[in-house]
Amino acid sequence: MKLHEYQAKQLFATAGIPVPRGVVATTRDEAAGNYETLKRQCGGGEAFACNVKAQLHAGGRGKAGGVLVARSAQETSAHAAALLGRRLVTKQTAPDGLPISAVLLDERIAVARELYLALTIDRFNARPIALASHCGGIDIEEVAASRPQAILREGIDIVDGIPDASLSRIAETLGCIPEQAEACGRIVRAMWRLFESTDASLIEINPLVVTDDGRLMALDAKVTLDDNALFRHPDLAAWRDESQEQPLELRAGRIGISYVGLDGTIGCLVNGAGLAMATNDIIKLSGGSPANFLDVGGGANVEQVTNAFSIILADPRVKAILVNIFGGIMRCDWIAQGLLNATQQLEMKLPIVVRLQGTNVEEGRRLLAGAARLNLVSVDELADAARRVVVLAK
Amino acid sequence: MSILVDRYTRVIVQGITGQAGAFHAERMLEDKTRVVGGVTPGKGGSAVHKVPVFNTVQEAVKATGANATVIFVPARFACEAILEAIDARLPLIVVITEGIPTLDMVRVRRRVAGAAIRVIGPNCPGLISPGACKIGIMPGYIHRPGAIGVLSRSGTLTYDAVYQLTQAGLGQSTCIGIGGDPVLGSSFIHLLPFFEQDGETEAVVLIGEIGGTEEEEAAAFIKAHMTKPVFAFVAGRMAPREKRMGHAGAIVAGGKGTAAEKIATLKAAGVTIVESPADIGHVVKAALSSRRHVRTTVR
Repeated sequence: MKLHEYQAKQLFATAGIPVPRGVVATTRDEAAGNYETLKRQCGGGEAFACNVKAQLHAGGRGKAGGVLVARSAQETSAHAAALLGRRLVTKQTAPDGLPISAVLLDERIAVARELYLALTIDRFNARPIALASHCGGIDIEEVAASRPQAILREGIDIVDGIPDASLSRIAETLGCIPEQAEACGRIVRAMWRLFESTDASLIEINPLVVTDDGRLMALDAKVTLDDNALFRHPDLAAWRDESQEQPLELRAGRIGISYVGLDGTIGCLVNGAGLAMATNDIIKLSGGSPANFLDVGGGANVEQVTNAFSIILADPRVKAILVNIFGGIMRCDWIAQGLLNATQQLEMKLPIVVRLQGTNVEEGRRLLAGAARLNLVSVDELADAARRVVVLAK
Repeated sequence: MSILVDRYTRVIVQGITGQAGAFHAERMLEDKTRVVGGVTPGKGGSAVHKVPVFNTVQEAVKATGANATVIFVPARFACEAILEAIDARLPLIVVITEGIPTLDMVRVRRRVAGAAIRVIGPNCPGLISPGACKIGIMPGYIHRPGAIGVLSRSGTLTYDAVYQLTQAGLGQSTCIGIGGDPVLGSSFIHLLPFFEQDGETEAVVLIGEIGGTEEEEAAAFIKAHMTKPVFAFVAGRMAPREKRMGHAGAIVAGGKGTAAEKIATLKAAGVTIVESPADIGHVVKAALSSRRHVRTTVR
């Protein structure tokens, strides 16, 4: 689960990671009032300026016009009105962008240098890892691709934490002078405490800046939490902003179906994530284009199959559907019955190609054949099924 | 004719009184596995399918001489259950549970480091040596004893691949689902050496998917150490960036971990790439028949 910048900065402030003073707002009036509050907090004069930063789950906001400067309550209100509720398209979003949920009014900081600092999981070595680079403020993946040696990687022990030697190397990589090195160490330690205590999968500060008076500060904050661990953090789970999620994916997720919208015309209903990906692949290999990835889950009962169909049908681009089920513990005859009930219940008109394999497959296929449903074809082989559905979708 | 398990492996089931644990304990017994005990705290003294239930792993091991465990314990208690099995020094721990927090698996890997203990999973179908031992949830009947080792990050896609192999007359030595999570007890490279050394395994089928670097690391190992032929299918060529495709580990982040990259790396390591998921059986069969005679199963 991704957090907004303002939520992440709230966690940072509590954890002892320095952040600019800031106040979040969800309406233009609130934003105007917050300008005055922030001005007082910062001891700002007549022309006190602050950043008005769009809050959405994607980076690249600055270049997309999502970060504006306001020098008065009026101007803040105008900027907030321009941003709130509108969809912002950035380099990292889909073509239709993401809605701006809130605006963060942030103190402007005079920056001497921009750095990069992050904590994530090193999957292969099964341990958390700190990443540090003196190339901050830019896309770190570009740095990783073009100058991998510019990124320092320091493993973290889940029991013993971060050794002092690692902290020294991080400070050195970031070009810290001795006084800053100590502050840098405190920041990395605080990040690690936060990482562990929230079950994060990513904490990223890009940029971590050296201010013109030599202090270290997190100008931006990105935190992603481990979905599997949210049961331990109900307070953080409550921060979920569903407006940032694709409506169909959200609806599917609520009923235990993994769904990812793609841009093709062939709806897919599959049991198992790997098989669902492979089904998308074989459609592509057969010259078609999948409309979605869909894993109906292990207990694919009638209700679940019906739900899955209704999600696929909610995408108007779908012209034909491929059902690919490998019955293991779940018997093919049960699945076939579920398919028939679901298609009847939903009064489906679209052509459906069904490929069943596995436990009780003969009985399953017999049920499908016996139903003599005009728009439903049962095909034994996956390659054949893919070819058929591609033709039907044309 | 197998790795990690054989007909003498003695298995306990942690979470045997739960719905999934009880159901699959019975299926494992049907597939000739020696399920010698179960563990559920507070349910010691009872029995499930005539299998005695104990309160702790320690008690179960002491009473039954078990040398493997399979875990069906719900995600929020699973870490504790795995650590209990590690502390009881069980050499093989298979974790079926889905949804275990990543940092819990980091804690497990930390505890197990340096010990002669192999953890498989989590979020996996388990492993099977057809005809000898099944520790997991795969449908046993699609398998046949034979000479192909199967390693996979998937569940039903593995069943499909195994089914194709069996249809093509190619039996399996051992099939292992390593799981779909970001941090796993064992990765491909931890298990490939067993297949390389196993006298009965003649070839290995690897089923990978987008995300992570398991396939790239496997490629490096294969290039340097594997003398047996390796075949691979990588799922997820169609996957968009930054999207989680069902498995928590299946995310293509920032252009890294794409199927195209993985396929190119495996190919460069001498692995035969199967392009279509429907061709796994045919491709392996054709390549092995032209290479040399491989023992096929009688069906």
